[in-house]
Amino acid sequence: MDPSLLRDLVPAVIGVLVRRGADFASAEDAVQEALIRALDTWPDDPPRDPKGWLVAAAWRKFVDAARSASSRRDREDAVEAEPPAEPGPATDDTLRLYFLCAHSALPPAAAVALTLRAVGGLTTRQIAEAHLVPEATMAQRISRAKRRIADESLDRPGDLGTVLRVLYLVFNEGYGGELDLAAEAIRLARQLAALTDEPEVAGLLALMLLHHARRASRTGPGGRLVPLDRQDRSRWDTALIAEGVTILQTALGRDRLGEYQAQAAIAALHADAPSAAETDWVQIVEWYDELLAVADSPVVRLNRAVALGAADGAQAGLSALADLDPALPRYDAVAAYLHERAGDLAEAAAGYARASRAATSVPERDHLTREAARVRQLLGS
Amino acid sequence: MKYLMLKHYRGGPGHPGMDFTPMDQWTPEEVDAHFQYMNDFADRLRENGEYVDSQALAAEGAFVRHDGAGRPPVTDGPFAETKDLIAGWMIIDVDSWERALELAGELSAAPGPGGEPIQEWLEVRPFLTGAPGTQD
Repeated sequence: MDPSLLRDLVPAVIGVLVRRGADFASAEDAVQEALIRALDTWPDDPPRDPKGWLVAAAWRKFVDAARSASSRRDREDAVEAEPPAEPGPATDDTLRLYFLCAHSALPPAAAVALTLRAVGGLTTRQIAEAHLVPEATMAQRISRAKRRIADESLDRPGDLGTVLRVLYLVFNEGYGGELDLAAEAIRLARQLAALTDEPEVAGLLALMLLHHARRASRTGPGGRLVPLDRQDRSRWDTALIAEGVTILQTALGRDRLGEYQAQAAIAALHADAPSAAETDWVQIVEWYDELLAVADSPVVRLNRAVALGAADGAQAGLSALADLDPALPRYDAVAAYLHERAGDLAEAAAGYARASRAATSVPERDHLTREAARVRQLLGS
Repeated sequence: MKYLMLKHYRGGPGHPGMDFTPMDQWTPEEVDAHFQYMNDFADRLRENGEYVDSQALAAEGAFVRHDGAGRPPVTDGPFAETKDLIAGWMIIDVDSWERALELAGELSAAPGPGGEPIQEWLEVRPFLTGAPGTQD
């Protein structure tokens, strides 16, 4: 059985346990234990009713845990009998789980971990491997997160903005171990988009699909980074691009623009260009202006400077940079790129070298070192 | 037995400065050849069952120490150029000290300008094991 089908069931099963009276933390633990058993036994002995199996197994785990806890406290008021599941829309349960796991009281790393477990249906071990931390550390991070939101009710609607930020964080974590976090984030965004018709959810899903479509072309031999203008566009996934564009157009039609829709629109314009030279930079700059209007940030302004440099000439880009703090992440790399286009190779080479020393990842550092070497060679020839 | 191979930003014994031209001043081909060598080296160790882990560190950081109750910790940094900085490490699990030295020698032969081995110094340190003695 496809493990993602099993994962899809997890939030609904947690919802059933909570409606039967379990608290969220215990319900989530019980479902995690049932999930681990399912992963172990289903390949050889698949159940006819996977959801029924999971509910029954998780409820048993929950009752066992509640019983041993209550006997420790020397009380006998534990839930023993299996109450009938209250009828209620499972979609609401799942949506509320998204809100709870991305609660603003949680630090981002904890929200990511809890979302991946309770909504994503991943095991603690998988989440730990993906983040390169010991399993016990990840288990603690998740327990602490659950304690922190213990008093939050599952009934209250939450903040969709924090949910989207958490999903985008997961998406940008990319690969780790055997788990493809980008694909996982897309699965969760698809699931969320099916639960709510908020245009920003569709916007985020479209953004992820459009980025994901370019993935194969983004790395070259030896894991080296290939920048957008040098990517082999024949390797872009046209089906994902088409899907992303369709989802985006429907969202934009609702006329409630947000930051993810604007970013997706920019990604769609890149995806639409048959070659880097044919990119519609003028329209991309316009979308950056829209993006600034809904979500102004120094990072957006930095990226807008790149687009402006391509649309109106490198000098225009450099002038836009003048208003920004040089200590911004990636400022040196952007400045170097614009200086090279402006013909100032010495400044570009020095900028790339500086940027490589400030890089936050090995592929990025190696790429910027190569860029410095490339420009320096142009300079010498 | 596990060994740590430490790579320093600055040179080794008798070599106070970096012994080779900074990488951004190599040709792109030389840079590629160097990265390729490092990747192939790690891949070979993985296939041998000798690879454990490797990490690279950012150049920026700070030295920090406690400065008494109720006071913020004292920091020293960003690092002055003269301080000995660790650039990264690789952990290997091999049969002998000799094998660890042999591998460190290979890693140090990564090509630099003109394709010549850069011969940078690597520090090799055995891990202390966590196992208590069984003789007592």
